[in-house]
Amino acid sequence: MNGRAAFCPNCGAPVRFLWSSAVQTTCEFCKSILVRRDLDLERVGVTADLPGDASPIQLLTEGVYRGKSFQVIGRIMYRYDQGAWNEWHCVFQDGASGWLSDAQAEYAVSFLTQPPTPLPSPTEVSRGLQVSLYGALYEVTTLTEAFYEGVQGELPFEYWDKSRCLFADLRTRDARFGTIDYTETPPLLFLGEWVDFEALKLKNLRQFEGW
Amino acid sequence: MATAPQVKSLSCPNCGGGVQVRGYARTLNVVCINCLSVLDASTPELQVLQTFQAKERIRPLIPLGSRGKLRGDTWEVTGFQVREILVDGIPYAWHEYLLFNPYKGFRYLTQYDGHWNFVSTLRSLPEMTTSRGRPAVRWMGETYKHFQSATAVTAYVMGEFPWQVRAGEQAQVADYVSPPRMISSELTSGEITWSLGEYTPGEDIWKAFNLPGAPPPPKGVYANQPSPHSGKAKAAWTTWLILNILLFTVMLLTSALTHNELVFDRSFQYSSAMKGEASFVTEPFELKGRISNVEVTISTDLKNDWAYFNLALINEATGQAYDFGREVSYYFGRDSEGSWSEGRARDRVIVPSIPPGRYYLRVEPEMATEGSTPGFSDHRVGYRIQIRRDVPNNFFFWIAALLLLIPPVFASLRGIGFESARWRESDYAGGSGDSDE
Repeated sequence: MNGRAAFCPNCGAPVRFLWSSAVQTTCEFCKSILVRRDLDLERVGVTADLPGDASPIQLLTEGVYRGKSFQVIGRIMYRYDQGAWNEWHCVFQDGASGWLSDAQAEYAVSFLTQPPTPLPSPTEVSRGLQVSLYGALYEVTTLTEAFYEGVQGELPFEYWDKSRCLFADLRTRDARFGTIDYTETPPLLFLGEWVDFEALKLKNLRQFEGW
Repeated sequence: MATAPQVKSLSCPNCGGGVQVRGYARTLNVVCINCLSVLDASTPELQVLQTFQAKERIRPLIPLGSRGKLRGDTWEVTGFQVREILVDGIPYAWHEYLLFNPYKGFRYLTQYDGHWNFVSTLRSLPEMTTSRGRPAVRWMGETYKHFQSATAVTAYVMGEFPWQVRAGEQAQVADYVSPPRMISSELTSGEITWSLGEYTPGEDIWKAFNLPGAPPPPKGVYANQPSPHSGKAKAAWTTWLILNILLFTVMLLTSALTHNELVFDRSFQYSSAMKGEASFVTEPFELKGRISNVEVTISTDLKNDWAYFNLALINEATGQAYDFGREVSYYFGRDSEGSWSEGRARDRVIVPSIPPGRYYLRVEPEMATEGSTPGFSDHRVGYRIQIRRDVPNNFFFWIAALLLLIPPVFASLRGIGFESARWRESDYAGGSGDSDE
């Protein structure tokens, strides 16, 4: 995770990449959304100030998942009619990229996974639908229509001009967790599991006054 | 990044009263404590979502803002709602406290008639199944029996919530129990939420939140209240088993220690046709040792007849007599239902606490006089009297064994009573009580 320095084309501030595979980042000074084009950074937009956020996780939070340490380097924040949630982009010590989601302080770790068979289309997917993936039976428990609220830090793909997103949450009889992300065609599949806050051994967390 | 401040203070657009938000940006709806308006906390202007009229102000037993340590984590009470279900037209209301920890998220406390549950949402899906023909769910290897299904209505809300709340909101709820745990499903707008409740004594809540006084005493038996008897009944049966083993060991030992000495054995004849005095005395015999019992056995050759023996055990030296009478009768035959018999041709009696010494037996047999059986003018009996000194007497052991049964049987009965009280409140009331705990 050596910091490759570049400069923000908007304000000239140095932009440091923590992860060599990052496709997109934000300038922490002018909030410009910057996408890598070969060696240059292109300013593709500006992220709104992320509204008051209650996640204890923040950029540079470190943790351990299944014996591998990771660092939080970016995030996507979504809003839906029942609140907001964060998908924290984590880079692992071996360079792998994963997601730590915090929805109402329920935490899950997941990874982009190649679907073994085509996933149900947005018109086919419905609550209660069962999907067999890699030998486990997943059930679609929630369909969430969310609004993209903002991004921060480094992401593995360009994610800045999306507004409406459909997500299908998958659950199993054990603590497995999955999400089908319908913002792309074909949809993206993320598989992982629910995790206990303590188990992640998180460091560099946000502080809450009085807690 | 700066430390997030603890409390955000805003003012209610409806009444101007102060509104505090403790759940940071997780709070979606907040209720104005003054005018009971439900406000949208996600908008800076706190848009009014609903104003509701409560018949009366309901005061939570744990004040909003209280913090307590439960199950290893600190929780702050940020929300409170009263929800009710209708069963046969009667409303049953329970209280729900929303607990918040900025790192650990949300938990709930429910309170009904003094019964408390610590509730967390489930991450994995329970499996629908059946248990003895009734619906049940299986979760983490445990079967939870269906207890009740109902429509729950939110009657009252206070504080703040990470989801949309409205008074009057309805949800289809179902409870499945495996004391001390309960799994509940809640269906709102087509989405099912599963949660796990763990029965928690009110005292623990009072201690955790440092509340004054004592918790309201629980009334009746709650759906997932652990039976105080199930463990006791088991323990009582274990004790019973141990005591029985001891009792029978003692019984065997005392039997082994008795002398069981045959001191007299003679055979006699009697006929009702015999003239003169029927009574006679035997030759003396020696009863040795400490004060102990004497067993008198009369073996007869009676067939479809009876005989009565007036007996007296008499001390040769003091003349002290122990009088007793024994009737021996033995009848048998065949009828339409097969062969039958009544009585026995042999009789055995234990005379307790006889001091040692030389004794003799006075015997006076009696039988029916003529005419009682046509065709027979007299009744005869051949009999043998055996006297044993210091025989094992297990009678008291059997009484003791019976008495020992009382505590475990009562414990089990109380357990069954508890279970039937539990299921009386369920959808299965009146049916065959489910009491296999």
